[in-house]
Parts: sequence; structure tokens; C-alpha cells
Amino acid sequence: MTAFLTDLPRYPFLQYALLTGLLVSVACGIIGSYVVTKRITYIAGSIAHTVLGGLGAARYCQTVYGMEWLHPLYGAVFAALASAVIIGVVSMKARQREDTVIGSLWAIGMAAGILFIYRTPGYNEDLMSYLFGSILMVSPQDIWMIAGLDVLVVMIGVLFYNQFLALCFDEEFARLRGIRVEWFYLALLCLTALTVVLLVTVVGIVMVIALITLPAAVAGELTNRLWHMMALSTLLTALFTTAGLAVSYGPDLPAGATTIIIAGMVYLLVVLGVRAFRLRR
Amino acid sequence: MAENSVVTFQNVSFSYGGAPILEDVSFTIQERTFLSIVGPNAGGKSTLLKLMLGLLKPSRGTIEVFGLPPEKARTRIGYMPQYVQFDPDFPVSVLDVVLMGRLGVGKGLRFGPYGRADRDMALEALRRLEMDNACHRPFSALSGGQRQRVLIARAMATEPELLLLDEPTSNVDMAVETELFELLHAMSKSIAVVVVSHDLGFVSQYVESVICVNRRVKVHPTTAVTGEVIADLYGSDVRMVRHNLKG
Repeated sequence: MTAFLTDLPRYPFLQYALLTGLLVSVACGIIGSYVVTKRITYIAGSIAHTVLGGLGAARYCQTVYGMEWLHPLYGAVFAALASAVIIGVVSMKARQREDTVIGSLWAIGMAAGILFIYRTPGYNEDLMSYLFGSILMVSPQDIWMIAGLDVLVVMIGVLFYNQFLALCFDEEFARLRGIRVEWFYLALLCLTALTVVLLVTVVGIVMVIALITLPAAVAGELTNRLWHMMALSTLLTALFTTAGLAVSYGPDLPAGATTIIIAGMVYLLVVLGVRAFRLRR
Repeated sequence: MAENSVVTFQNVSFSYGGAPILEDVSFTIQERTFLSIVGPNAGGKSTLLKLMLGLLKPSRGTIEVFGLPPEKARTRIGYMPQYVQFDPDFPVSVLDVVLMGRLGVGKGLRFGPYGRADRDMALEALRRLEMDNACHRPFSALSGGQRQRVLIARAMATEPELLLLDEPTSNVDMAVETELFELLHAMSKSIAVVVVSHDLGFVSQYVESVICVNRRVKVHPTTAVTGEVIADLYGSDVRMVRHNLKG
């Protein structure tokens, strides 16, 4: 903790890491609350794992075909959006096969990523670090991309709050009020996909599902309105990523895993605390 | 088609793939009426409402609502479903739920928060159902009967020209039921009100006609609802209970 505080003013990479954590918390708090109330956590997990395919393909094109402009994050965004659209269309057209498709995409995305990384010449250790998070390697260029995506996600998520709330609470009634629920559902999945990409840099592909749901789940235990849940969830995400960074820095632990353990412990304590409080009353 | 008819069914049949739920159904609902849909369980009452809303498509025949296909007219209908599958932990207040009725009022894609007029309309609907004191309570903390009243308020907040309520009084006591029917009776002076009910004896004091549904549909003026009609509808051995509430 003290090492983190003394080094923070000295090293830009620590400042970028802190800033990244704070930036993504806003998107994570808002979209995470939709994901938890609409119960599409499993879809978010599947989208996260297809991201590896996009990262790998983009890096492969960069090194093999010399397409320098193709930053791996572009590949991640493309893969996440594509899998969101596929899952969305399948769940609307063939509800009974939804879970099969979600599970298959999950594994196929990973497999494609591993193949691309294997066939890319040179040293690709940093791509593997996307699996477990690489918040300490965020560059100023990354920060601009993260900030841009963040603003986009938050803007759409907030502007159409009423429609998304109706969709999550009672889809049939939303449809009867003339809301194009198919389009809003697809939009929600795409926003989830972009949020997943943002969180991949912080905690990595494998642990995204926890950071998108745990703060929202904690906030859901303590609030009674969706936007209160979003606000509290945003605060908690900021707290968890900052604490994860600070706690892991001194003893040189992986920041992503530390963040998730902190979030998980807080969730457990809050759930148990709320139950105990209700029993006493 | 008559100019003032709100709903028209012409030779409509419907099935979920197996045996027909509704067969060769034709009737019209006029504006400014109060009527009730009655019939045995699984006789097709809720199906009839879902067809009017365009949530289900008829396998044969045509349905028009305000002279339009149902899915084009649905924002002019206020609907309270019999069951809402909702997450018991969903973080939403009573007022939030009723405000959902304000979506789709007015034209175009709305964004941003609800305006004052929307809030006033939602609070007014809650007041009429005597739930305005609970407007800031979590929806999940309410009893079954209170939730039903909130969902009726949500249907009313849409400023409907046709109000469809599916078993609105299955969870409320007699006093609330009487008040609700007085309110609906007053509303039917300006719009069409359709209530699905299992309690024919009670509703017949208020409604002008009864749509009897049991695979086939017959419309009777309330005065003509006799023991014979009921026996025909439910099969034999049904005893009619009269509630002489209105003295």
C-alpha cells in the first residue's frame, strides 16, 4: 500500500493504470446493472471469451501482413460485437438453442485466439496477458481508446434508460408500449460487448464476468431502484479496481486477480450481512 | 365495419399447434362500453386478449383494432396481464413501474428522463387506485393485491382508448373489488373497458354485456345472462351466486 502511494506520483504507468480503472468503472456500473437484472451474465461471459479470437486475429494481421494500424483492441471490439449480434439473433429466432450457441461461441472464440497466437511469429507474451489482465501495461494511446468507448457506452446506456429498464423488467409490456424490443435487446448486447472489451484490459478475459456482475450484485442487495444500483455499482467498481491495484503493487501480485478476490470478498460479506440483518429484525 | 367499433373479430380461429383454443370467433366491441369476458379455465380468455394485442397471430380470420392490425394499434391499449414474470429482487419503485406506462405515449423515439406531465399522470393513476402513498416503496415489498393495483395503474397511465384487464381482482378483497368496478364503470363513459373475470355473478352488476368464451364465443347482454346461458358455457351443475351488494 505505502509502496503504491509513494510510487504513484513518480511513475506514469501507475497513473495510467489508476485512470483506466476509474474510467471503466462508469461503463461497468451502468451496463453491469442491466446485465445482472436482465440475467444475461452467461452471455457476457461468452462474449468475453470470443475477444481472444479478435485479439489474436488482429495481431496476426499486424505481424504477418504488416497491417500496423490494426491494433489488437480493434480486433477485440469487432469480435465482441460480432458475437453479441450472433447471440442476439439466435436468442430471438431460436430460443431453445440459445445456450448451445452461447457455449459454443465461448469455446470457439478461445480456440481461434489460441491458433492465431500460436501461428504469429515472434514474442506474443503480451497477448496471453489479456487472459489475466494487463492494467499496468496500458499506454496513453490505449487510454484514449478506452475513454472514447467509455463515453459511447455510458451515453447510450443513460439516454435510453427508460426503455432499457422496461425491457429488463417486463419485456412483454415494453413491446406493447411500442418499444422495438428486438433492437433494444441487440443494443444492450452490443453495449455489453463494448463494456467487456473495456474490462478485458483491467482484469483479463477469464475474470471479466466477475467484475461485470459482482459490483452490480452488491449494489443490488443495498438499493431499490435501478439507477441507484448503477451509481453504487460504479462507485464500488472504482473502489475495487483501485484497491486491487494498491494491494497488489507492493508484494508484486497480479492486479486483475487481486481485484476480483477483493470484489468477491465484499460480495460475500454484504450478502451474509444483509441476511443476518433481516433475520435479526 | 361500423364506425364506432373498437375491436372486430371476423371468423377468427387460433391454436398453439394442437387442438384449437378458439374456433370461428366473430364479435365486435363498441366504444364507450364496459364488458366482461367470462368462461372456464383454459377456455381461451387470455388468448382472446393476446390476440387483440397482436401478441398472438390468428391461424385464420382477421382482427382489427381501431380499424388497424392489432400490432399497429397496441399503443392505444392499456393492458394488465394476469401474470407478470418478474424477478422478485428487481430494483424498481412503484412509481417507476407505473411510469413504464408512459412509454409509447406521443410520437417518435423518446430519450432522457420522464417529464412532469408523465409523473403527474402516473401519480394520478396511482391515486385513483389508492396506492399513491406507496409510490416510493420498492415494488418487490408489496403484497400480491397491492401489486395488482399498481399494474392496473400502469395500464391506466397509458391514457388508453381501450383498457384490457386480465383477472384484475384475483388477489384483492371484496371492498377493493367493488371500488375498482365503480372506477372502471366511470371510465367506460369515455373509453371501452374489457375485464376478464371468473366471478360472473359479481361483474354482471356493472357490465353491459358478457363475452362468454369456451373455444367458441357468444356475446350476451347482461340482462340475458340466465342459468341456462351459464350451464351452456360451463357445462352443467353450475350454481349462480348473486351478490346483492347494491341493496
